[in-house]
Amino acid sequence: MQEAIITAAERWSAGGIPDRPRGWLLQTASRRMVDQWRSDAARREREVRVALAPPDGAAVHEDDTLTVLFLCCHPLLTPATAVALTLRAVGGLSTAEVARAFLVPEATMAQRISRAKAKIAGEPFRPPSPDEHPDRLRSVLRVLYLMFNEGYASSAGESLTRVELSEEAIRIARLLHASDASSPEAAGLLALMLLTDARRPARTDASGDLVPLAAQDRSLWDVDRIAEGTALLDAAIAHGVVGEYQLQAAIAALHDQAASAEATDWSQIHALYELLERVTGSPVVRLNRAVAASMLDGPAAGLAVLDGMDPTLPRIDQLRAHLHERAGEVDLALAHYRRAAGRATSTTERRHLDAQVARLTREQDPGQE
Amino acid sequence: MAKYLLIVDFQSGPDDAPMSAWTEQEVADHLSYYGRLNRSLEETGELLSTTILTGPDLAKVVTSDGTTTVVTDGPFPEFKEWVAGYQIVDVASEERALEIAGLVSAVPGRGGVPTQQPIQVRRVMDDGPSDPDEMAAFLESASGTP
Repeated sequence: MQEAIITAAERWSAGGIPDRPRGWLLQTASRRMVDQWRSDAARREREVRVALAPPDGAAVHEDDTLTVLFLCCHPLLTPATAVALTLRAVGGLSTAEVARAFLVPEATMAQRISRAKAKIAGEPFRPPSPDEHPDRLRSVLRVLYLMFNEGYASSAGESLTRVELSEEAIRIARLLHASDASSPEAAGLLALMLLTDARRPARTDASGDLVPLAAQDRSLWDVDRIAEGTALLDAAIAHGVVGEYQLQAAIAALHDQAASAEATDWSQIHALYELLERVTGSPVVRLNRAVAASMLDGPAAGLAVLDGMDPTLPRIDQLRAHLHERAGEVDLALAHYRRAAGRATSTTERRHLDAQVARLTREQDPGQE
Repeated sequence: MAKYLLIVDFQSGPDDAPMSAWTEQEVADHLSYYGRLNRSLEETGELLSTTILTGPDLAKVVTSDGTTTVVTDGPFPEFKEWVAGYQIVDVASEERALEIAGLVSAVPGRGGVPTQQPIQVRRVMDDGPSDPDEMAAFLESASGTP
């Protein structure tokens, strides 16, 4: 994966933070993308290292918790294993609790955790050196991002334990952000978590089914978390180092600030997804860009973005179905919803898709159930 | 991580001689291969359970209309289609699940030759979308709201 970070050569200086920080982010980020293409890789890396290094004169704070965190997120471990180990060692969850969160037997989780510990046993117990720091911090951020999503993703069944995972990820991200080991991207990740988690109360209905963003009751969103996340993001942007978590947080902030799906600044969201797609190279980001394009220029524009994409990508059928439905092409919508339901990998998703098929079938032929 | 069910039935590979025609040593080698494979999957923390079922002779089929329950010895599918046993693995990718299924299929049979038994690989339904990127896409897409 392309772990690109867009580096601003000049820090935001005398002028202070502009009125529309996210618009500014967009401009800066676009400019940096161009710079990045022009500059050679070595120079880019050097800039990133300088940008991420702690400010001059800052005391190097020896914090055992953070040392443990960096060890648990060691690149020697697979991300999933690192999440488990971090929950156990930094989060203080019992092995049984970690096992429950991952829906595996306790003995299996114990085995994974002890293997992970053995793997990093030879690593020195100290914070990463300044040279190692950018890479190691990237691993830590990835692990916290996964931990948060692992908790956020689930809506039914083991929901209580899962919510704790998100809370734990936020707590650790706060710890990291408050330390000298932080960076604009670490702040961006914390902002992303807060801005996303703010929508939790509206994400599921009484029966535990997922409520899509457009249909959520926005009055249920947590305004304190939105305010905190936005402030963090604006401060991070002011540092002038723009990476994937800040871009994602900026998108989340735009959603959070919109009074409705229609009132959302889709043009800016579309542009941010475009940048994010270039930074990550992820087809999933392109799916999101298709949604933004459809909100901006209609369903046909969204479908055009999806043209030629791998038809086995998760969610692509569901997205095509949705766009065809909006375009009034009910037969195509039904065909894609059916295909999506047949390929669903989670019960929540399957229930949601079956409901769409049933609804469209009824609408198409009200006489039949 | 995703969970997969690996199903072994009674379909044979290219050699369709029943196990009763194997030598004792061939049977022992066959079983110890499974034992080693399962142990290694336990050590990696990937094996959630492994189960061997009794044969079709002991099987029953139950139907009920909510009041009367009927238990019969059939109708049964063909012997070959019976599930003989299964493993549940929790792995990082589908590729890994397929790799493990390959190891199961390569279990030695007569003359130590891999049986090449067909292994069915079925993904277990998750409680919620487990991949964070997938989930992000799922949440941000305004599906189902025309």
